[in-house]
Amino acid sequence: MPHLEITNLDAAYKSQPVLSGVSLSVEKGEVVSLIGPSGSGKSTLLRVLVGLLPPRKGTVVLDGTPVDYSDQRSLRALRDRCAIVFQQFNLFRNMDVLRNVTIAPVKIKKRDRREVEAEAEALLAKVGLGDKLRAYPSELSGGQQQRVAIARALALRPEILLLDEVTSALDPELVQEVLDIIRLLVGEGMTMLVVSHEMGFVREVSSRVALMSAGAIVEIGSPAQIFDAPKTERAKDFVAKILRAH
Amino acid sequence: MWARLADEAPRFFTYYNGIFLLQAMGATLLLSLGGCLAGSFFGLLLVLLRKTKGALFLVPRALAWGFVEFFRRVPPLVVLLLAFFASNLVKMDVSLFLVALVALTFVATAFMAEIIRAGIEGVHPNQWDSAATMNFGYLRTMLTIILPQAWKIILPPAFSFFLLFVKDTAFASQLGTLELTYAGKVLTSRGFTAVLSYGSILVLYFALSYPLARFGAWLEDRLAPSGNH
Ligand SMILES: Nc1ncnc2c1ncn2[C@@H]1O[C@H](COP(=O)(O)OP(=O)(O)OP(=O)(O)O)[C@@H](O)[C@H]1O
Ligand SMILES: [Mg+2]
Repeated sequence: MPHLEITNLDAAYKSQPVLSGVSLSVEKGEVVSLIGPSGSGKSTLLRVLVGLLPPRKGTVVLDGTPVDYSDQRSLRALRDRCAIVFQQFNLFRNMDVLRNVTIAPVKIKKRDRREVEAEAEALLAKVGLGDKLRAYPSELSGGQQQRVAIARALALRPEILLLDEVTSALDPELVQEVLDIIRLLVGEGMTMLVVSHEMGFVREVSSRVALMSAGAIVEIGSPAQIFDAPKTERAKDFVAKILRAH
Repeated sequence: MWARLADEAPRFFTYYNGIFLLQAMGATLLLSLGGCLAGSFFGLLLVLLRKTKGALFLVPRALAWGFVEFFRRVPPLVVLLLAFFASNLVKMDVSLFLVALVALTFVATAFMAEIIRAGIEGVHPNQWDSAATMNFGYLRTMLTIILPQAWKIILPPAFSFFLLFVKDTAFASQLGTLELTYAGKVLTSRGFTAVLSYGSILVLYFALSYPLARFGAWLEDRLAPSGNH
């Protein structure tokens, strides 16, 4: 049974259709990367999955349970199991690092504060920020902020982690430190759906790569297939473009 | 002119006039403070309604919007007169002061609602999205994440509004509420020169708004260097 199964998903902003007929299944422990030109709907797909934009059509099944996005209970259950990190402004600017990481487990999941804090400290140490517990987001570099955001997502104990271009807003020298953390998670077998423009990284960590264009997945396959032997014209074009750019 | 002032001053600066002016100043202070505090409180409530989503709150949302649009567009003096005639119409036995306070609070509520809304919209939308995906509810997001970030955006325009509002309380004199401006009129009608009557009023208005401005500046300063941003 796939961990996450998306079938025939349609979505729109107001009247403008953005996703049409997106189907994708992600197995447990798989890392699936979404690539494709700007505006092709990668972010929108992740936003629909976590219920920030209600789908118009189609189904999402998580671990065998269909998600009903119009039902608060179902949505809460989904969000309990999927965590997402955005490109920027993830961290609550009015809270220090430790509170950012602990607030949801303590206040929303009602877990024991001391246990959560111990776990948060361990997670922050894991992302290399064990000494920044009391820093505010504005006192951290962009890379550090994203590492805290990842630690915060992990503190929710998600089964699936969604990452939307978590390194795109960073200065080049800060990208690797964040990618290193993601590599670590890949090694631990976390199921992930990753949107990224770091093609070398995508190629290295992905189990499969899905190429999106104009709101649809036009080709999906192993990194080697997508990057070295794309079948569709769209994929050939896109790969040629990124090869030229590098 | 100086001779006349010197001649009149001893008759003007009497114990009786002093008490009279202090009372009027107290009324202006109460109208200003009451209007600002109540206006901020109710303005916030309106914003909480306006930022809701979904069909459930459609009607309160529309009402909140209507209230804000109406009272921001009607001149404060007209609102005061409306309140005055409305209170006469229903034959309510309330003091003019209370009528003025309520009317001014309506005005302050509408303006503060706009100021608070703009502040809230100045917070990055990802803050809402992050909170939502972590299963934060609307009120919790607003109170623990959005407002603590918005209030430093809100503060400067709020204090400019408060300072304007102190001056708007002068319209209450048109209803016959005894506050500073009305006291000025009374004193001139008692035969004192306008320079003395309105001059004292001017000084007293300044004594009210200057500390308010300093307080606002102090709050903004205190916010700026903190790690809380
Ligand atoms: N909030 C919004 N309101 C209206 N349209 C939007 C909104 N967000 C995105 N869109 C539109 O939806 C389409 C898909 O956008 P999306 O952000 O999903 O693309 P993307 O693949 O993530 O692009 P990028 O690589 O630039 O992040 C685009 O045409 C975009 O203009
Ligand atoms: Mg995007």
